[in-house]
Amino acid sequence: MKIDRRCFLSLVIGGAAGTALTPLPWKLTDDSSIWSQNWPWTPVVAKGENFYAPSACTLCPGGCGISVRMTDERSVKIEGQAGHPVNDGGVCTLGLSGLQLLYGPNRVTQPMKRIGKRGNGQWQPISWDVALSELAEKLNQIRSDNGPQALGCVLEKPYGTVPELFKRFMTAYGSPNVMTTPSLQDSLDLTLKVMHGTDAHMVGYDLENADFIISFGSGLIEGWGSPVRTFRANSGWKDNGAQIVQVEARLSNTAAKADQWVAANPGTEAALAMGMIHVLINDKLYHNDFVENYASGFGGWQTLVQEDYTPEKVAAITGVSADVIQRLAKKFAAASHPLAVCGRGQGDEPLALSEAMAVHALNALTGNLNQPGGVWAVPKPDYIEWPEVELDAAAESGLSTARIDGAGSDPYELSASLLNQLAEAEEAQGLKALLICGANPFYTMAAAGKFQEQINKIPYLVSFSSYMDETAMQADIILPNHVYLERYEDVPVAAGLTRPIIGLARPVVEPLFNTMHTGDVLIRLAQEMGDNLATALPWEDYETCLQETLADKWDTLDEEGVWVDEEFEVSTWEEAFATASGKFEFGNTTLDVSPGYSALAPEGDRGSFPLTLIPFDSMRLANNAIASPPFVMKSVEDTVLKGNFGLIEINPQTAKELNLSEGSVAQLSTPRGKVQVKVHYFDGIKPGVVAMPKGLGHRTQDRFTAGKGVNIRELMGPVVDQASGLDAAWGVRAKLTKA
Amino acid sequence: MSNQEDQATEVESKETQGPAGPVTLFFIIGFALSLVVGWGIFPKLLYSQKHQPVEFSHMLHNDEVGDGCESCHYFREDGSFAGIPTLESCMECHEEALGESEAEEHFIQNYVLPEREIPWLVYSKQPPCVYFSHAAHVLKGGMDCKTCHGDIGESDQLKVYEENRITGYSRDIWGKNMIGLKKNTWDRMKMDDCAECHMKENVRQGSVQTLKGGCFVCHK
Repeated sequence: MKIDRRCFLSLVIGGAAGTALTPLPWKLTDDSSIWSQNWPWTPVVAKGENFYAPSACTLCPGGCGISVRMTDERSVKIEGQAGHPVNDGGVCTLGLSGLQLLYGPNRVTQPMKRIGKRGNGQWQPISWDVALSELAEKLNQIRSDNGPQALGCVLEKPYGTVPELFKRFMTAYGSPNVMTTPSLQDSLDLTLKVMHGTDAHMVGYDLENADFIISFGSGLIEGWGSPVRTFRANSGWKDNGAQIVQVEARLSNTAAKADQWVAANPGTEAALAMGMIHVLINDKLYHNDFVENYASGFGGWQTLVQEDYTPEKVAAITGVSADVIQRLAKKFAAASHPLAVCGRGQGDEPLALSEAMAVHALNALTGNLNQPGGVWAVPKPDYIEWPEVELDAAAESGLSTARIDGAGSDPYELSASLLNQLAEAEEAQGLKALLICGANPFYTMAAAGKFQEQINKIPYLVSFSSYMDETAMQADIILPNHVYLERYEDVPVAAGLTRPIIGLARPVVEPLFNTMHTGDVLIRLAQEMGDNLATALPWEDYETCLQETLADKWDTLDEEGVWVDEEFEVSTWEEAFATASGKFEFGNTTLDVSPGYSALAPEGDRGSFPLTLIPFDSMRLANNAIASPPFVMKSVEDTVLKGNFGLIEINPQTAKELNLSEGSVAQLSTPRGKVQVKVHYFDGIKPGVVAMPKGLGHRTQDRFTAGKGVNIRELMGPVVDQASGLDAAWGVRAKLTKA
Repeated sequence: MSNQEDQATEVESKETQGPAGPVTLFFIIGFALSLVVGWGIFPKLLYSQKHQPVEFSHMLHNDEVGDGCESCHYFREDGSFAGIPTLESCMECHEEALGESEAEEHFIQNYVLPEREIPWLVYSKQPPCVYFSHAAHVLKGGMDCKTCHGDIGESDQLKVYEENRITGYSRDIWGKNMIGLKKNTWDRMKMDDCAECHMKENVRQGSVQTLKGGCFVCHK
């Protein structure tokens, strides 16, 4: 018998045949698939105790309460907190994605000092002790060499213990130069100052009870006000049959969902409001009792209105027919709870004071002030009561100097903060150091590039940012704060609510990195600098300061995560006005401003720049200090961002005149710069007007947002509103050519 | 002459027939060997025999507690299932030795005193791709523990944990029977076994299109 290759082969074949009839191959296949699931890089659900930890979201001024689902020490999901007075279980896409900011790669993990040229991204990690002693030394030196007024401070918002600690620090140091990121709130605060005579109130809107809402460019479902609250109010309106009129130059989501879209020319919303006022006055449709008994200055003002804002004149300005204006006004007056709101998009930019006053006057004339469904004057957060700061001689001298941004001085006596003026002021050269906390002005300010250039002249920039954002990238020293989910902080809500509400941000995880609560940084800094600074910030640490400051509210806050002023009752017309006349003022002699339309021309001449470029807001593109996390970026439509190209909305008619086809690359130029974009035909925008969203074009190292699209704020120059000094630019002139 | 021709033919025919013998034989050998390996040796090699860290008697403890299985394997207030009890539960009674057995002594010395959680080997552990809700099946479905887990409660000692060397999971998931034949509902715990019961009980599943189980219900 010959044992050869054939035998061997048949052995193997026999083996194979037999194996197929055993469980071996089937079991091994199943086992291999399970084995592949065990590979170490395969993501697996964490095991551990599951529970919910309450906190507050601080990613926008909305003040929502959140519930963070935890697995042991890891946060796995953010949900809205059920029963919370602001959002009752709702949450927006940005809030939902907060964990990506907490655990993301863009974090500043420890204090860092700049080495090499500014903006080069070369950092030396230092310890907290070194960081604080260096900063203390620097600030002491500036105080003695240049005077305390050479220190400036930029905050995102003015309310809360941390901003108040900054203000207290600056007062004890001796500098009046505390500025805040500009927003609609600045215009509304001024409106109340001028028309109600109060500095202690901010504007609230009783959205839930309104039944006829006219929005002058406000992105009601684009994130205006307290976003989730406004969404819910909007749903309520749909359920209750309330009428929504959207006045806007482009068909935003809000306009598309409204009952009526009034496509006024961009920037002319105030004229439309005045046109409506004209009809109310002419046809005597206004609230007689209010005007007769609780208002002053109506007589003179109404003559002005009758002359300048006839429906025909307004039609010429706005492009809205006189007929529509008449009907709008009549419907508005006839509604039982009419409400007019203003603030373009999300309300991140101020309005011209006259515009804010015009819309406020429209509300006042229907008698809806402090009434159900109307505009309310709600007390500003005033729960922080600390003893007066003891000033030394240097501090007193410094505090008596004029503010570097010109706020509080002629001609802007009533304005509280004018950050936009900082870049213009020659005296800004006099600032030797700038502290920046919670804000990202090198991204958000108009002509952002120029603003950055000017501010870069200040020799020492201090950032407290948790992320390496555009502003932190230019800093000389970064003292990273804990992310909101890692820290305790009071969250007073200033987003148009109808009663004072304070939320509590709570740590749901231990700080991941070597960061320090900015409140603690300030306290330790003050202690290190000694003397009256140490006396002014005497607390052991920030948590002690927080608990002591919140005093009897602390227990409620700690238990429920939110404190609501249940006893708040809005003032009656008898008590509401603290003007010289004791009544509502239709004009203001100090500032020589009255409700009206100030034609604030956008930068650029029509000849070189034939188009008008306007920005728009989107829930998917965070455009304040935070950049959209990846989850949210993924939801951005490809009619907004395609690859790395930002798309520009243009009316097909205009596009064809310019010989630009859909999807083609074009060059967009404004007086502030040029950039490449892709063209997107959109029927919902007026011919001659083009639009791009805010929130793109980041210049950070974050690979999810950097280099995508265009930062429209870089292309827009500021346009100063004469009455307030605020930058009230609503657009810029532009040119679009084939690339 | 013809003789030579005959011989040649014979040799030829022998040559053509020749290799068939050993070839068939080798085929049969290969076949038989693989059957032996596949049915006999493979299961033995595939599983390692492991012992539980502590010798625990369900029967003994079942007599001592009031609520049966639920005394230690209970639902928490939020509806989640506690699963295998933690050391804390055991220590409610066993802070000190209650009896005189060696097993208990070993348990006290190695786990109670150093406050170390017992690393139980879990027979019914499923891979992480599986989402299972006890609340849905026990509280809502009214099922008995025995249906899926067998009569562990009646056992005097914990059986040997046969760990699949490739996957790390217990033999109880695929089932003792290598070709997946089962006698009792608790003999296997693969997806098909869950599906079998769901079909039988006509459970309303997630998929509107197929009216069968939606994948996402268990594989979130």
